[in-house]
Amino acid sequence: MNTEAGLEAGSGAEVSGSMLANWANHVIHHHWRTLVLLVPFIWLLIFFLAPFFIVFKIAFAEAVIASPPYTPMIEWVDEGIMHIRVVIDNFAYLWEDDLYVNTYLNSVKISTISTILCLLIGYPMAYAIVRSSHTTKHILLMLIILPFWTSFLLRVYAWMGLLADQGLINDILTWFGLEPVRMLYTQFAVYVGIVYTYLPFMILPLYANMEKLDWTLLEAAADLGARPATTFVTVTLPATIPGIVAGALLVFIPATGEYVIPDLLGGGNVLMIGRVLYNEFNANIDWPVASAVAIALLLVLVLPMMLYQHMQGKETESR
Amino acid sequence: MNTGKRSKFLFSTICFGMAFLYIPIFLLIVYSFNASKIVPVWGGFSTRWYGVLFESEEIWASVALSLKIASVNACFATLLGTLAGLALVRFGSFKGRTLFSGMISAPLVMPEVITGLSLLLLFITLKEFIGWPDSRGFNTITIAHITFSMAYVAVIIQSRLAGMAQDLEEAAEDLGARPFRILTDITLPLLAPGMVAGWLLAFTLSLDDLIIASFVSGPGAVTLPMLIYSRVKLGLRPDINALATIIILAVAIGVLLAAWIMFRQQKQRELELKMSEES
Repeated sequence: MNTEAGLEAGSGAEVSGSMLANWANHVIHHHWRTLVLLVPFIWLLIFFLAPFFIVFKIAFAEAVIASPPYTPMIEWVDEGIMHIRVVIDNFAYLWEDDLYVNTYLNSVKISTISTILCLLIGYPMAYAIVRSSHTTKHILLMLIILPFWTSFLLRVYAWMGLLADQGLINDILTWFGLEPVRMLYTQFAVYVGIVYTYLPFMILPLYANMEKLDWTLLEAAADLGARPATTFVTVTLPATIPGIVAGALLVFIPATGEYVIPDLLGGGNVLMIGRVLYNEFNANIDWPVASAVAIALLLVLVLPMMLYQHMQGKETESR
Repeated sequence: MNTGKRSKFLFSTICFGMAFLYIPIFLLIVYSFNASKIVPVWGGFSTRWYGVLFESEEIWASVALSLKIASVNACFATLLGTLAGLALVRFGSFKGRTLFSGMISAPLVMPEVITGLSLLLLFITLKEFIGWPDSRGFNTITIAHITFSMAYVAVIIQSRLAGMAQDLEEAAEDLGARPFRILTDITLPLLAPGMVAGWLLAFTLSLDDLIIASFVSGPGAVTLPMLIYSRVKLGLRPDINALATIIILAVAIGVLLAAWIMFRQQKQRELELKMSEES
């Protein structure tokens, strides 16, 4: 800090030009740290944090036919008497309506099962990638990441063609003399879509975790006569738990609030929270209920999100 | 003995997994050349749907809007994300650090429906109080995209900074360079590859987003994903297959090209390092 101040005084001569340029230069050189921090900080405060308070506020308001279509929380009744109106009806409504409760349970069920399926497919894949040779490893990783860069919507759309009643899978089934199965617009299609699109999110954290693993431990276990299954359960699995948790959270959290997949592949039959929120807002124009749905969804996800945050923090510290 | 069996198992896992990831995309491309109007029924090879696509003004307008949003978003997100990454890795502890790092990592996992809804409500509230934004469309979608893309850029920059050797910066400090000079002359050039990666990621994230854009957009502003979605909502469409093929090929070529360039640069650097060690 001292050297900084000393050098600053020494190089002051090179600052020339108008007062404004001088001032700007001064601000940049002395306060650039504050600027670096404040610009993104303020952006996030306005466009990320503040919106949540608004959602919160509207969730406790009443729907009215007006613009905006909800009652204000704080009203100034004449002579400066403040009137605070808090309505918890929206939450009671969610709780009492079986549709909402079932939608919540169904969302959590679908994303839990999808997460487990992703883990079952992703774990051996990540393991195989880590154990392959240097060049192969890079090619395989590239292949895992590539679909992530291509449009999510189009990848979901691709499955519509495969699962349709006259789609390729049913064509193959009929070719083998089997009865065609209705797959599109069922819960099954939603599982396929979620596992398909979120699989890279499971594989990449697992890979990152496994790559740092000390493989000599496995060899030691084998040398000491442990069977492969024993080695896996006692050495590999415990060592990869951080990767499993990170991958599971990265699949579970966004899958719970998923909208596109249940809408395109599940049709009207599969209820998920993301869809209800979207429809409540766009079709029913009930903003307070939509906001209440959003807050209830956040309540479901706040624990997994905090866990993820905690792990991220530990990750940066360990580096 | 069982290593052979195990590697066979691992090999088949990879084959199965890759097939699962790529067959749907491959078939999507194949069926874009289908002459039949009913997508899953093969009616011979044809490129007629590409012709239909190029005649649609609606599609071109949405492509232009999406590209405009994506590039403006990518520049701002890279700037803000780089600043945020620098603050988080190099500034030690400061007031509000927990809140700041929380706000950086939360958009990564926040369900899009919540982000979209909350931002729309913010824009409506702002309009009520300060009269801005007077209309929703390009401006609001871009702001929404910057907010979540900058989080991804910050993560890339953070991991770059954490893995970067600080010896050059320390050397410059010993030679008497001012901290700001060190930032502009050493740290930022070293971060350039990370910033390029961040820019590309922000660009694709923006091109890809449907839900947040649908929430914060106004009448008249239709991005490409919004257009695609409104068309496929009711079922399969051959012209969308053609559009998908063009998008997927463009992205794949872009990503592979970028990867190849980075690979070449790394090779070059390793070679130079080796030569300097030898001499």
